[in-house]
Amino acid sequence: MSTDSEKRAENGVNVEALLGAREALGETPEAGKFVWRATNEWLHGTHSRSSVEGYFGLGGEHDHKSSFDFESDHPLVFAAEDNAATPVEIVLVGLASCLTAGVAAVAQNRDIQLRSVKATVEADMDIQGILGADPDVRNGFSGVRVKYDIDADADADDIEALVAQSQKRSAVFDILTNPTNVTVEVG
Amino acid sequence: MSAGVPHTSALVVGAGHAGLAISRHLAASSIDHLVVERGEVANSWREERWDSLRLLTPNWQTRVPGLAYDGADPDGYMDMAEVVAFLQRYARVVDPPLETRTTVESVRRNGAGYEVTTDRGVWHAATVVLATGGCNRPKVPAFVAALPDFVESVTPLDYRRPSALPDGGVLVVGASATGVQIADEVHRSGRPVTVAVGEHVRMPRTYRGKDILWWMDRTGLHDERYDEVDDIVRARRVPAPQLVGTPERLTLDLNALTDAGVRLSGRLVGFAGGRAQFSGSLRNKCNLADLKLGRLLDTIDEWIAGQGLEGEVEPVHRFAPTRVEESPPLALDLAAEGIRTVVWATGYEADHSWLHVPVLDHKGRLRHDGGVVSGSPGLYRIGLNFLRRRKSSFIHGAGDDARDLVSHLAAHLGARVPAEVA
Repeated sequence: MSTDSEKRAENGVNVEALLGAREALGETPEAGKFVWRATNEWLHGTHSRSSVEGYFGLGGEHDHKSSFDFESDHPLVFAAEDNAATPVEIVLVGLASCLTAGVAAVAQNRDIQLRSVKATVEADMDIQGILGADPDVRNGFSGVRVKYDIDADADADDIEALVAQSQKRSAVFDILTNPTNVTVEVG
Repeated sequence: MSAGVPHTSALVVGAGHAGLAISRHLAASSIDHLVVERGEVANSWREERWDSLRLLTPNWQTRVPGLAYDGADPDGYMDMAEVVAFLQRYARVVDPPLETRTTVESVRRNGAGYEVTTDRGVWHAATVVLATGGCNRPKVPAFVAALPDFVESVTPLDYRRPSALPDGGVLVVGASATGVQIADEVHRSGRPVTVAVGEHVRMPRTYRGKDILWWMDRTGLHDERYDEVDDIVRARRVPAPQLVGTPERLTLDLNALTDAGVRLSGRLVGFAGGRAQFSGSLRNKCNLADLKLGRLLDTIDEWIAGQGLEGEVEPVHRFAPTRVEESPPLALDLAAEGIRTVVWATGYEADHSWLHVPVLDHKGRLRHDGGVVSGSPGLYRIGLNFLRRRKSSFIHGAGDDARDLVSHLAAHLGARVPAEVA
């Protein structure tokens, strides 16, 4: 990090705490194991409500400052009521939120002052998959595109590197680009 | 009609069990016809099968119009030499007008009928029956292009025996009958096998003392018609059940493979950076197959109870759920794991590329209604998965389908004649 008297970048990310945590985990790797949780309850039709309240990490249980709710539904063109975002849109929200958090953290670490960070996310899907109309078409996205517009005290190459590093450390980017074992049981 | 071009009422492409069954019914209806065959009778059974393969169906079930198995081992399963011998015998029974070593290069419309071009001449035919088999080409995913050079890519049409594969690990992609059979014998050859498992059909070889196919035959499940099932598109895509024909009547499900030391992973989704990547859906696919097996056995049990046969067969039995490890592998580093071969047991498709009649859909598949080709009167297809019945792809399925299709064909010829006279 720079040690000159120039004003330090301030993006609101506590990088020292994150770097300290990384060092601490070197001694106690068990503390790095987190369990994230959500609950979901059907409301009506394709409308449901999910809540996140607590999670496990750093060796113990934690509560969020408050419980956060997320509703989801399907759109009118699916003959649904469109009470809330579609689940696949919430996946895009997760990806963009994760990458943007990463951009801020990496910028802070690299002493780059951000002024504006905006992302647009698009995903392609052929609904012949979920409708079972063509078994060769997958249910999920066939491709996801994220475009960042970033105004920051850095040249184009540094901004490019910022976004690349953010992908490298992004949980949701990994979740979308690599397989995960998923188990669904009935209680 | 052009001078010099021979004419027939029906031209049958292919002299396997289905083409011969069609010929048998055409002859019974006194319809003049010709069977053309690119090789010899039963060509694909001779040329395109691996050494150890036996039929999935027991011998008693090997029956075609005019011939049924009459040997000493009704509960056994024919090897390929026996299948070829059976079909040669059937060819003598049917005695079709046959041109062997004759490859069809093109079928085109010609007025109300068809012009069939072969490497040994042209025929005009009022009707054409395609009996060219359902397994002409292996279906291999496009991402095979990303397979590293040190890994050999083998399809079931090329595969003959484990010793022909390079030493080292083998990734078998697919858990249909083909996938589990190849996985089992390759693993026994000392080449460690991983099977990538997608949607599959689990079946025990025997249930309540009888071959599982005996029950499917008796309960009428094999006779279920294409226009009676909920979703025929899906039904036609169901992979072949995890069965193998062995003298010991062994069950070869995923638990049997696991017991033998074979490793299971989820469905193969691609290659990236020298690694095979697998879906995380293995447990779901196995649960689905276990549930479907349970429903099949329930159906059989209900039938037995309904027939009052409860005391005459072995008691009700349920099989242990498919065992899936806690965290199945999601990736396999091909170099580090010593994988030298990938076997694509990912299904087959029919090849209709020589059919120059606009009857194929956007994916090159034939549009047909139970084997009556849509949009081109007088053109028929036999021998595809669930063509008219659940048993259509089996040897014993050809008889009923051939009878139905020849009946339709005869009506078509009958309707056409007065129109021509007029």
